Amino acid sequence: MTPPKSNSPTYQELILRLQSFWAARGCVLQQPHDVEVGAGTMAPETFLRVLGPKPYKVAYVQPSRRPADGRYGENPNRLFKHMQLQVILKPPPQNVQELYLESLAAIGIDLRQHDIKFEEDNWESPTLGAWGIGWQVMLDGLEITQFTYFQQCGGVDLNPICAELTYGLERIGAFLQDVNSIYDIVWARDPLTGNEVKYGDVRLADELQFSVYNFEEADVEKTWKHFELCEAECKALLDRYAELKNPRPVEENATSTGHPTIHDKQRFPLLGAYDLCLKCSHYFNILDARGAISVTERVGVIARVRALAVGIAKAWVDQQNITENKEEPAPAEKKKKKFAPVS
Amino acid sequence: MPDFLIEIGTEEIPARMIEPAAADLQKRLADLLTRERLPSTQTIECFNTPRRLALIATGIPAAQPDITEQATGPSTAVAFKDGQPTPAAHAFAKKVGVDVSKLEKVSTPKGEYLSANVTKKGRAAAEVLSEFLPKEIAAIYWPKNMYWQKPSERFVRPVRWLVAMLDGEVVPLEFAGIRAGKTSRGHRQLGTESVEIANPDSYSNALYEAKVMAQDARKMLVTEQLKFTARLANGFLRPDDSLLDTVVNLTEWPSVILGEFDPEFLSLPEEVLVTVMRDHQKYFAVEDAKGKLLPNFLAVLNTDGDPQGIIRHGHERVLRARFNDARFFWQTDQKRPLRERVELLRNVTFQKDLGSYYEKTVRVQKLCSGLSEIIRQNGVAARPGIIHKAACLAKTDLTTELVKEFTELQGIVGGLYSRVQSLDPDLPEANRFAIADAVYDQYKPESMEDSVPRSTEGAVLSVGDKADSIAGMFALGLVPSGSKDPFALRRQANGIVKTVAEHKLPIQISSLMKDARAGYAGSAAEKKFSNAEFTKSVEAFFRERVEFYLRDALGFRYDVVNAVLVEGSDDVVDAVARAKAVSDVLPVPEFQAVAAASKRIRNILKQAGEKKLRIAEKFELLPGVAEEEKSLAAYLEQNSPKIEAHRQKKEYKEALLLLSAAREPVDKFFDKVMVMVEDERIRANRLALLQILLKEFSTIADFSEIVTEGK
Repeated sequence: MTPPKSNSPTYQELILRLQSFWAARGCVLQQPHDVEVGAGTMAPETFLRVLGPKPYKVAYVQPSRRPADGRYGENPNRLFKHMQLQVILKPPPQNVQELYLESLAAIGIDLRQHDIKFEEDNWESPTLGAWGIGWQVMLDGLEITQFTYFQQCGGVDLNPICAELTYGLERIGAFLQDVNSIYDIVWARDPLTGNEVKYGDVRLADELQFSVYNFEEADVEKTWKHFELCEAECKALLDRYAELKNPRPVEENATSTGHPTIHDKQRFPLLGAYDLCLKCSHYFNILDARGAISVTERVGVIARVRALAVGIAKAWVDQQNITENKEEPAPAEKKKKKFAPVS
Repeated sequence: MPDFLIEIGTEEIPARMIEPAAADLQKRLADLLTRERLPSTQTIECFNTPRRLALIATGIPAAQPDITEQATGPSTAVAFKDGQPTPAAHAFAKKVGVDVSKLEKVSTPKGEYLSANVTKKGRAAAEVLSEFLPKEIAAIYWPKNMYWQKPSERFVRPVRWLVAMLDGEVVPLEFAGIRAGKTSRGHRQLGTESVEIANPDSYSNALYEAKVMAQDARKMLVTEQLKFTARLANGFLRPDDSLLDTVVNLTEWPSVILGEFDPEFLSLPEEVLVTVMRDHQKYFAVEDAKGKLLPNFLAVLNTDGDPQGIIRHGHERVLRARFNDARFFWQTDQKRPLRERVELLRNVTFQKDLGSYYEKTVRVQKLCSGLSEIIRQNGVAARPGIIHKAACLAKTDLTTELVKEFTELQGIVGGLYSRVQSLDPDLPEANRFAIADAVYDQYKPESMEDSVPRSTEGAVLSVGDKADSIAGMFALGLVPSGSKDPFALRRQANGIVKTVAEHKLPIQISSLMKDARAGYAGSAAEKKFSNAEFTKSVEAFFRERVEFYLRDALGFRYDVVNAVLVEGSDDVVDAVARAKAVSDVLPVPEFQAVAAASKRIRNILKQAGEKKLRIAEKFELLPGVAEEEKSLAAYLEQNSPKIEAHRQKKEYKEALLLLSAAREPVDKFFDKVMVMVEDERIRANRLALLQILLKEFSTIADFSEIVTEGK
């Protein structure tokens, strides 16, 4: 009674179809962020873009690394690094659920033939000071997507909120191709020769070697040092940004006085600070997988990373406000009021 | 009289929240209609599914009835001057809308005033509902809600449509920026996108056409189909009411399919298989006539069937992966036996201020050793070696992959692993099984309905573990209050009370908690302790728990429970025995009389206390002592030692029956003897007699708490 799977998409076709679907609905197709993250949410295209009032629609694939989940490539369902297709719709359209269901049709799932349920599942990330309300989407008993309405990010209440759709690509791929191991998913099929390249061919070594590294080889002392260096630099940047408060408007010639200007704030590398925060989070995950974080330290270390994330989120909102105001100049009076030094 | 329909169309509401929210809204609508004088003649019907909360109120008035009220104006003294109406009279006339000449006069205790009958026109039902119902919708209680447009507009999930109709007419109400109309929506896949509702009466049929079933219909259908489908596998449904409610609230048009799994997986413990199916996949288990698990499962779909078996194939695939995971975890876990995992507990947090599970293990082990010593000294058999080892291993399963994956199996996994692993080289198998059972049962009872640990050793471990948690939390000042009990300390204390009572453990709660608190002495956690009232707050907390147990779990009368607990709640077993004895003698008329008399005695002594009257140290046969006094004293002299002997042996019923025999001398005493006499010596002597008597009456229960008939 195996359903016909011959026309099921390859893994890369699956990704392409989802991307085309969302591109056709106005999404920017971004590329993965190139710093290690534990989830697509942590990429700046989500974490920072959801802050502030500006509408945004984006879709991207994000490889997500969770060192403790590694299984040396031996477990057919678990990976150290899995791939998420992340869609952010800010603000969420009225028909966001219907759009999502259409996207399933676009990858070849005939919903009339299947059992689909939206089951309560609220998402929370203590490390990012972020949480949302939503569901896990169940297709014939398989969780294929996390659907979340973000409410807060980096400790900041969102307005407008956004909808975040996180497709579990390996699961969907294995489902569509009806294979029992992620490593058996056909990643690509050469249209000329019909030769297949499987997920295992592409990724197995990655899983094995990083499991060895994360569980056995990662040098605890050095990893701690990396963590501390990144944390210190991130903090230093945040401190410097805080010192830039109360800058003068650009119109007033401020350079001569040595006071910081709006320009100084706008060009300030908060994105760099955020990458450092992400690195901290990743080093924490490695130390955790290594079993190097003791009970008393654990909560404290998470709080340290969260403090960075929250600090960046606040600063980012501030920086965006300035940029917004510069792009759409308001009456001079109002502007002056906004930036006049507060005693 | 028109019918009213309201349907709030939403994105999928969490299954667990649907019924409480529907009941809340139902009550709110009923209250609103009553308050606004638009009462429905029948009960309001609920029609809820994951995507809608709908209510139909049949036969409500089309409008509020008019009301005529008497309005009172200025006093006639102010309203008329020289027989002519003053500006005050004109102003009042204008306000009530009648001519000055039509104003009436009423006499009140304060004098004569102007008055007029004012008729307030009743508002149309549609207008009233439009104004007030949106506020009620906004006020529905949700355990967790959200906003999706304006931060001020909150609901459990985004609201996408509204239907509000009085018969065929739309009631123009608005909520969260959505205007009500006549258009509902059908099942996502089976129904039509929009469903026109002609009137409230046809609502349920229109939705049925659009493949949306009412909750009752869904529940009945699923119940029947589950039973029927299980028979297709020559098996029987293993009933699970809470799972049934969940799946009914996850579907709008349900159907049931039968799936299979590889019988090889039956080598895994049933607990693991059922947990995976129930908690992770929401599948029902199928068993044979003897209750043994069959390699089948039942899944409830939110669609009309699965003719090609595509859905079944998907569900089987997912379950296979889940079971494979479980088996993989099981096998992986065996590579590191529990006894080697104790050290790993240093890295598992018990509570952020109370340290790790390793520290907890050490404390609980010590506490349990002490407990087993105490209960052994008091004649209850317990094997300290079993308890010691079980306490040592109790939390090690928290480090296993299986428990990390299926947290609800904590304890159970530890028990299962202890059964199959070598715990100690020289340990006899029987002892290993005893340890395994104690570990398996350590979280029991999880509710008042749940059973207590099977063995005494398990009971001691369960009590010690919970006492340690409660002591730590209370010392930190994390005392449950009102609905706030994040660490479920009430449930844990209930567990202690029930376990102690049913195993008849000779344990005093106060010393248990004192020992548990002492376990933290010198720890890092102790530096964070802030509760100076520890002993007092623990005592009050447990008294409530014992009261709850006696009243709600054992069903003793509240006055019996109060009477018993006045005389102490520290020894739970004893409190239960006393409550039982008091309940047993309750119907005896002599006992009722003695109980009534003791109330009287208490009042007399209270009065004496208030007047600071002297009470003699003991009763003496003074000259002039009344006959009735003598016989009461004689009763006491004769029976006190016997009563005491019964009490010592905890033969409370016998003691109480003997005490009931005091009725005759007591009644006669009160008939003939006056206590509050002028003569100070005689009075002090009589008060002494009563005090001795009350003391005698009060050692088992405070009889004055007993509600006696006819009083």
